[in-house]
Amino acid sequence: MSEQIKFTIDGKACTTEKGTNLVKAAKENGVYIPILCHLEGIKPAGSCRICNVKINGRFMTACTTDVADGMVIENITPEIQELRKIIVETLFVSGNHFCPACEKSGNCELQALGYRYQMMVPRFPYEFEEKEVDANSNKFYIDRNRCVLCKRCVRSVKSKDGRSIFAVKGRGHKAIINIDHELANQLSDEEAMEVMNTCPVGSILKKERGYVDPIGRRKYDTQPIGSEIETINV
Amino acid sequence: MSKPIVATTSLAGCFGCHMSILDIDERILQLIELVDFNKSPVDDIKEFTEMCDIGLIEGGCCNSENVHVLKDFRKNCKILVSVGECAIMGGLPALRNNIPIRECLEEAYLNGPSTKDANPDRIMPNNEELPIILDKVYPCHEIVKIDYYLPGCPPRADLIWNALVALVTGDELKLPYEVVKFD
Repeated sequence: MSEQIKFTIDGKACTTEKGTNLVKAAKENGVYIPILCHLEGIKPAGSCRICNVKINGRFMTACTTDVADGMVIENITPEIQELRKIIVETLFVSGNHFCPACEKSGNCELQALGYRYQMMVPRFPYEFEEKEVDANSNKFYIDRNRCVLCKRCVRSVKSKDGRSIFAVKGRGHKAIINIDHELANQLSDEEAMEVMNTCPVGSILKKERGYVDPIGRRKYDTQPIGSEIETINV
Repeated sequence: MSKPIVATTSLAGCFGCHMSILDIDERILQLIELVDFNKSPVDDIKEFTEMCDIGLIEGGCCNSENVHVLKDFRKNCKILVSVGECAIMGGLPALRNNIPIRECLEEAYLNGPSTKDANPDRIMPNNEELPIILDKVYPCHEIVKIDYYLPGCPPRADLIWNALVALVTGDELKLPYEVVKFD
């Protein structure tokens, strides 16, 4: 049996196997650490910073950290919650997130985080930057207005022979996600659906689907994000 | 003590938020016990006749008239509340924010499927009587100071009701998870 280690999150005693990713270890112990760019099973990037926690007094991203024995982790403090709220607000103003007009609304992780942190209005001015939609693939389209550049699709969606279907083009604020249409067209409907579900926001949407779930029966209509891990009071 | 006075308006909105106010159902009877209305489409009072306590703003600012009305509300209301996504972030009208204004007008009056044959003289409305359209649609809080925000498209009736009652009575505002939504 592999070595068990002890750590604490907000004073709660937790145990996990040595070498476990912190987000996963917290989940095993019934503690929700919010994630947006991270997805279990893919290589962590630590790019969105929403999973910021304080480890032994220093800010670190939980998704890129493996738990070590005796770690003292702060997850829910006013400072960290405020920081996470700021990140969500920044993402809302830097893209063009028209929730009422988005097919992903109600099932969107960014929106759900907005609900969780009770974002009534972002504190920053809206940028309304011009972004493009690429609908040239047969199975899905990519709406860059809603893209948060989490790179989940880049890291996880591969063709059968292991080639990337999505890639980042450009750098800094000019970076966008591009699709290899030829490879994308080889995906089955089920695989295209998986690609859509990989996207935390409504940037990659499957074509010919539209608004499937009625309001009230969508993923985050009645249950806050993270409530499958930890009962929370928003 | 006299009742608090409420004013409402719809700027670049669809009146959906006002419909959502009506969606409080029979509580509307309590509402008229609780507050009086001044300038509002609800009672059709066109101009402010006294200082109001609460102004509910639906819609963002897409033209000069919206800005004028919003500033008028700021002057005449002690508390201003942005009601709905359009007031908070421009909403659906703001979908035009990345399209040049000329292109928008040409699509609407010259090239659109319903206008291209019906407008042989290729007339675009341009009269000093008409409000000037802004370069983009602005959230209300980027024009004047807004005190509170009620998100939703439209905000749920319970959210509007809870917020209004909390404002009027001074009680703590309770926000159940289900009532704060962005769509």
